[in-house]
Amino acid sequence: MALERSDVEKIAHLARLGLCEADLPSTLDALNSILSLADQMQSVDTQNIAPLAHPLEASQRLRPDQVTEHNQREAYQAVAPAVDSGLYLVPKVIE
Amino acid sequence: MHQLTLAEIARGLAAKQFSSEELTRALLARIQALDPRLNAFITVTEALALEQARAADARRAAGESSPLLGAPIAHKDLFCTRGIRTSCGSRMLDNFEAPYDATVVEKLAAAGTVTLGKTNMDEFAMGSANENSHYGAVKNPWQLDHVPGGSSGGSAAAVAARLLPATTGTDTGGSIRQPAAFTNLTGLKPTYGRISRWGMIAYASSLDQAGPLARTAEDCALLLQGMAGFDPKDSTSIDEAVPDYSATLNDSLEGLRIGVPKEYFGAGLDPRIGERVQASIRDLEKLGAVIKEISLPNMQHAIPAYYVIAPAEASSNLSRFDGVRFGYRCENPVDLTDLYKRSRGEGFGPEVQRRIMVGTYALSAGYYDAYYLKAQRIRRLIKNDFMAAFQEVDVILGPTTPNPAWKLGAKGNDPVAAYLEDVYTITANLAGLPGLSMPVGFADGLPVGAQLLAPYFQEGRLLNIAHRYQQVTDWHLQSPEGF
Repeated sequence: MALERSDVEKIAHLARLGLCEADLPSTLDALNSILSLADQMQSVDTQNIAPLAHPLEASQRLRPDQVTEHNQREAYQAVAPAVDSGLYLVPKVIE
Repeated sequence: MHQLTLAEIARGLAAKQFSSEELTRALLARIQALDPRLNAFITVTEALALEQARAADARRAAGESSPLLGAPIAHKDLFCTRGIRTSCGSRMLDNFEAPYDATVVEKLAAAGTVTLGKTNMDEFAMGSANENSHYGAVKNPWQLDHVPGGSSGGSAAAVAARLLPATTGTDTGGSIRQPAAFTNLTGLKPTYGRISRWGMIAYASSLDQAGPLARTAEDCALLLQGMAGFDPKDSTSIDEAVPDYSATLNDSLEGLRIGVPKEYFGAGLDPRIGERVQASIRDLEKLGAVIKEISLPNMQHAIPAYYVIAPAEASSNLSRFDGVRFGYRCENPVDLTDLYKRSRGEGFGPEVQRRIMVGTYALSAGYYDAYYLKAQRIRRLIKNDFMAAFQEVDVILGPTTPNPAWKLGAKGNDPVAAYLEDVYTITANLAGLPGLSMPVGFADGLPVGAQLLAPYFQEGRLLNIAHRYQQVTDWHLQSPEGF
C-alpha cells in the first residue's frame, strides 16, 4: 500500500520533522521506494520464529543501586543553545 | 615516513630511529598538503596531537614501551572527544563539543596514541558512499572522481592515502568493511559487544560496533587490542576476556575449514570481483585451508529487514536531537513544536530525515507487527543460517561488496539503489558476528575486498587468516598514485 502525501505529513509530524513543501514530492517517492523494499519481507515465512532483538540474546545487566555519577550540570549546559540559572530555555509553553 | 605501518612505527620508536613528535609533525604536514584533495578530515587536532606526541616521547624516555605508545591515529567524527568538536557529519552537531571522551577514545589515549584529528563520515553514519556529509563528499584516493565508501569514508580515505597509518571507524551495516574494500585496506567489525559503544553517537544500537581500519591485519590487531574490552558504562558490552590478537597472527591455516556461500556468487556480483575472490580462495588453499560450499538461504531477506530495523532504532535514538539541550537550534521559534520541527528539519540532512521517517512509520501503531517484529523474526532466520553453517566450517569467505567503488553522484537520488550495495555486509551486523575485509586485487584500477566472517569473539582467527594471506600476497602493499 503506497503512502500518500498526507501520510508523509503525518509521519513527519510524529517525528517532529519540519519538511519544506518543495521537498514533499521527492520525500514521498523515496519513502515509497524504501517501503516497497521493506514489503519484500512479507513473502518470508516466519511462523513460529521468535523475534531477535539482541544478536547475542543478552539481557540488560543489573548493578548495585549506588550513586556512581556526580552532578555535572554546568559542563552539560555549556553546550546548550539557551540556559539561564541552570535551566534550559524554550519558547513559552503555558499561557 | 608516511609509508610506515603501525607495527613498523612501533619498532622505529622502540629503536629510537625517530620520535613520535617528528612523525606527528611529518604526518600533520602531509594532511595539510594532501587532504584538500580528499576531504577526509572534518577537524585536524594539531595542538592536541603535538601535546600527546611529546607526552608519548616522555613516557618512552622513562622506559615505557608498548606498541601504541606514540602511534598516530584519527577517530571517526562520531566518537565523542572532550573539548573537540564531534559533528557526526551533521549540521545538527556542527557546534557540539562533547563534555567527555568516548571509552574508545579514552582507552586509546591511555595506551599512548596520538590523535591527529576527526574524520569525515556520512551524516550520523547513514550512507555507503560518504556523500551524505554536511562537510561535503570524501574522494577515493585510488580515483578521485569515485566514492571511498561509507559511512567511515574519511577514516578509509585518510589511511589509503597514507596520511596516517590507522583510524577508528564504526560499522552498523558494513561501514568499516565496505570502505576498506573500496580503498584497499584491512578493516574489522568485531563481535557486537566486543568494543564499548559508550560515547559513540548511536545510529542503530543493536547493530553499531566500532573497529579499526589499517593497511594490514597486523595493524588491525594492534589497534583492536587497544579498543576491545568490557565497559560497565555500556549496558550491551560483553564481559569476555580479550585475547592477545598479535600472538595468534602467525598460526597455521592447515586444515582450516572455509565455507563459501553459493548465494554470494549469484546474479548482481561484478564478475571481476568474483574472479578476484576465487583467486584469494586458491591462495588460502595453498596455505592449507579446506574449502567447502555452504548455503545461507535467508541472505536475500537481509536488506529489507535491515532497512526496517536500522531506521526504527535510528528514529528512536535521534529523537534526542531536539534543539533544547545541545546541538543546532533554529532561529526565532514561535512555540515548542516549531522549535522541535524546524531545528530537526534544518539540522538533519535528507537521508537522515528519510530514515527517521521510515523508522517512525515502522514503529507506529498498526504497523509495528508487520514491519519491526517481522524484521526481527527474519533477523533470527539469518542468525540461524550462520549458526548452522558454523557447524560445518570455521569461517566464511566471500566478496565484501558486489561492485567496486562507484563514481561520485552515480547513485543519484534513489536511496534504494545504494542500499542494495550492502548485500554482503549487513548480515554480520544482524547476527552480531565479527567480519573482516581484506584487499584481494583490483578491478580496472579500483580495489576489491574479500570478506571473512567468524563465530562470535573469533576476531583473532579473522586477523590470523588475513595476516597469513598478506604474507604471501602484496595487494595490501599497493598504494594509490599521487599519494
